[in-house]
This record gives sequence, structure tokens and C-alpha cells, in this order.
Amino acid sequence: MPTQNKNESRRDFLKKSTALAALTIASPVLTKAGENDEKIAALFEQMPLRLEVNGVAHALSVEPRVTLLDLLREQLHLMGTKKGCDHGQCGACTVHVDGKRINSCLSLAVMNEGKKITTIEGLANGDKLHPMQEAFIKHDGFQCGYCTPGQIMSAVCCVKEGHANNAEEIREFMSGNICRCGAYPNIVDAIMEVKKGGQSL
Amino acid sequence: MINFDYIRTSTAKAAVEAKAKSASSQFIAGGTNLVDLMKKGVTSPEKLIDINSLPLKQITADAKGVLIGALALNSEVAENAIIKTKYPLLAQAINAGASAQLRNMATVGGNMMQRTRCSYFYDITMPCNKREPGSGCGALQGQNRMHAVFGTSEKCIAVHPSDMCVALAALDATVHITGAKGDRKILFTDFHRLPGDTPELDNNLSTGPGGQKGELITGIHIPANSFTKFHYLKIRDRSSYAFALVSVAVALEISGNTITNAKLAMGGVAHKPWRLSAVEKFVTGKTATKETFAAAANMAMEGAAGFGQNNFKIKMGKAAVAEALLQASQKI
Repeated sequence: MPTQNKNESRRDFLKKSTALAALTIASPVLTKAGENDEKIAALFEQMPLRLEVNGVAHALSVEPRVTLLDLLREQLHLMGTKKGCDHGQCGACTVHVDGKRINSCLSLAVMNEGKKITTIEGLANGDKLHPMQEAFIKHDGFQCGYCTPGQIMSAVCCVKEGHANNAEEIREFMSGNICRCGAYPNIVDAIMEVKKGGQSL
Repeated sequence: MINFDYIRTSTAKAAVEAKAKSASSQFIAGGTNLVDLMKKGVTSPEKLIDINSLPLKQITADAKGVLIGALALNSEVAENAIIKTKYPLLAQAINAGASAQLRNMATVGGNMMQRTRCSYFYDITMPCNKREPGSGCGALQGQNRMHAVFGTSEKCIAVHPSDMCVALAALDATVHITGAKGDRKILFTDFHRLPGDTPELDNNLSTGPGGQKGELITGIHIPANSFTKFHYLKIRDRSSYAFALVSVAVALEISGNTITNAKLAMGGVAHKPWRLSAVEKFVTGKTATKETFAAAANMAMEGAAGFGQNNFKIKMGKAAVAEALLQASQKI
């Protein structure tokens, strides 16, 4: 785990690098050195992180500032989880952490140590789609599809939480997922059908 | 986002000690506001102290009331059987705020510590006395439709956006705090501040722009009550997942048709949850009629002053108070 001292030394290190960079207008060699300093300093700031994603255990090394969303997409290459607004306003990044739906863009990856993460890639069972995925296809619950992974992840929890008893309740408890194409009526229909189907989710 | 140091702590003592070692550190719980502010460059702590492992998640009730741990999630509080049956106003207010995802991340303590803010605070290219003391207030003569009509100063007219806090202000809650010098309790209504000349201080744990004292909220206590009639009315630009333009929390006891006890607070109108103590006194002992509610609503908005775009809040506030009282009184 990084210490305060390490952080301070990194800040000093970067200050020196910046000073070097100021001299580099005349010297490309020094520019190169500055870039390397940054890379080396970044390595110092990484910390170990263990978590499980879609049933697979990962032992990773991340900077504290990396969000769970960026970790999933950029380090684990799970591109199903989408970056929409990156500020918790659109819901495209919704994933399950220990069974609860959250906005992965506002969760630092390091805050998820030891947690079980489920993304849209982990919902189907082999080639057999999850009932919510089937229902979204049947009811045409999307148009461009960008918000769909977040909508589906959110919808699964909406039913599990017991907040899908009628259309009004579904609209209220799905309000954290924005669809700019306006597929809302079909999304509500898909969720209603899964709720009525009573399958185990 | 500027990188930072990150540590995890498992006791309140360790968290407070870690905080004391670094003036520019901040506690992080859900992070739904803090991470966002860090992404925008509004705040850049050198160190985050993760307090999520602290044993502060319990909700326990006794004859005197209920104690909600500071780390209880907003969603857990809203779904808790004790809260739903004995303090339904709180459950209703929490569910009126944010989205299901955010309520699964946000904690009770974090909800209180979210910044009182407006779009000028969030935009680092704009002046804002709260973010940068002395830089001016962009909202005074600018885009101020969402802003305060009570308790403002020429330094700041931002509002505290929480719904949960409006209900807690109405329900006479107390904040439990721990720090290096021991534990203390303060009334919920004294926790958040009005801007005055120091808008950088949102609440009584603030020390400056983005800074906090080395103290930690451990829980919220709500005294037992016998309110059977309650309502949280929230008026906003869309029907869900938007900040309040105006909101009203009401809890009433009615005997026959006479109001015997009343608690009221408003949201979206001030730098802090706005308790309506004078209105509570006024309605107590009166019959629960539309005439009483209309007079109460007029009284509630006395002294309100708009800044142009938000003038509508004065008329809307009156209508909202009357409607919330009516809805509460009709609760079976």
C-alpha cells in the first residue's frame, strides 16, 4: 500500500520532471527523459487489487484514481459496460457489485477489493441468454443500443429488489438509466414480462 | 483526475488518526459526490481514507428512537422495516432522491457531507466563492433558477440538494460525531450552515474549500415519534431523478380534526435544509382545513427573496407547503 511519504516523493519527482521539461525546448533527449520519469512515477503509485469479475478471480495492479468502469473496459477489456456521461447521470455504466446495482463510473476500482462484480458479459449462461436479455429482444427494448447493457443490468436488480410491481414503479426505479432513443415503453414492457414470468434471476 | 494516495481503515479511531496526519486528506464512503468533484477538478485531496470497512452500518431501534449508522446505505435505510413502519417520511424522502444505483452507493453520512453546490461551483472556469473564496458569485446575476430564496448572502446562493436531510431536519434528528477529542452530538438542524461570509463552509465539519475537520460522523439518531400522517412532496423538472426545485417534508399528528403536533422542513430553498418552526407552532391546535394550510403556506414563504430566474420558487413554495400539508393530513 502506498504511503504518504511515497506520494510526497512522487510529487517532488514530478516537479523535478516539470523543471526538466521546461529546459527541453532545445533538447529532445530531455523530453524523452521526462516522459520516462512520468511512467516510472506512475508505477510507484499502483496498488494491488483483488476482485472477481463474472466468476473469474483477478489479481491486478491499479492507480487509486482508476474507476471500476475504466478498469473493466481498459484493463479487463470487458467493453459491454458503457461509458456514457461518466458522472453518474445516465446509468450506461451500471454493473452489479455483490448483487447490488451501482454506477461503476463513480466507484473507484480500489474500493471494490474482494467484491464480486457482474457485468453484462456475465449475465448469459453460455449461449443461453438471461431472461431479461430475451425480454429486451422480444419487446424491442432498444434502438441504438448504447444504454442497453446498463438498462438490462439495472432491470435485473429492479425485479430482484421487488421494485417491478407495476409500470409506474418500474419507471421510478429505472429512472437512473437514460435512453436518448426513447425506448422506455418497450423497456417497461420487457421488465413487466420478466417480473410476471417469475423466473429465478 | 489528479492521482492521490489511498488507504483503508477498519476502525473509527484509525480513520480519525489517519485524517490527523494529512490536512489535505478526505474520508471516502460511497464517493458518489466526491469522486465526481475530483473528476471535475473541483477538489483534489492528496489522500483518500476509505471508511467503508468501519462497523457503522447498523440500524438499531429502542423505545427512545432509532440510531442509523453513518455507513448505512441510502437504499438500506429506505428498505429497512423499522424505518418504513416508524419513520416512513424518511424512507419516502430517500426514495425521492437520486437513482436506485446511487442510493445503493451513497451512505447516510456521505449524503449529509455532499457539497452544497450549484453549476458555478462545478465549473472551475467560473467564479465561485464556495470553491475559491473571494472569486465572486456567478449565480447572483447569472443562471440562478435552481438557487436559494432563504438565508442567502451576497457571497453564495447555492442550495443543499439532499432530500434525506430535509426529512431528518423535520424529524428532530441528532448527529453523532467522533474525533480525536472524543465524541459529541449536535442537532441535525445545526449541522449544515448558511453561507454568510464563509460559503466555503457547508457544515460544521468544514474547514475551508473542500477541507474537513478530523471528525467523523458515526450515526444519526431520530427520536421516537407518533406521527401517523406524513408526506414528502418533491417538485422537479422531470418526474424522477432530478434535484428538487422545491420540496416539503411534513409529519403531523391529528386528533379528531385538530392538529396536535407538526413538523415541517423544506428543501431546494436554502443553503441548508430549511426547518419551518414558526409554521409548526402556527398550525398546532388548529383544525386541519385548507384554510389553515393556505395560511401556513403564506407564513412559510414570508421573507423569501428571489434573484430573478428563481422568483417562481416563492409562489411554488407556497403551493407546495399547502399541498404537502393536505396530502399528509389525508394519509390514512
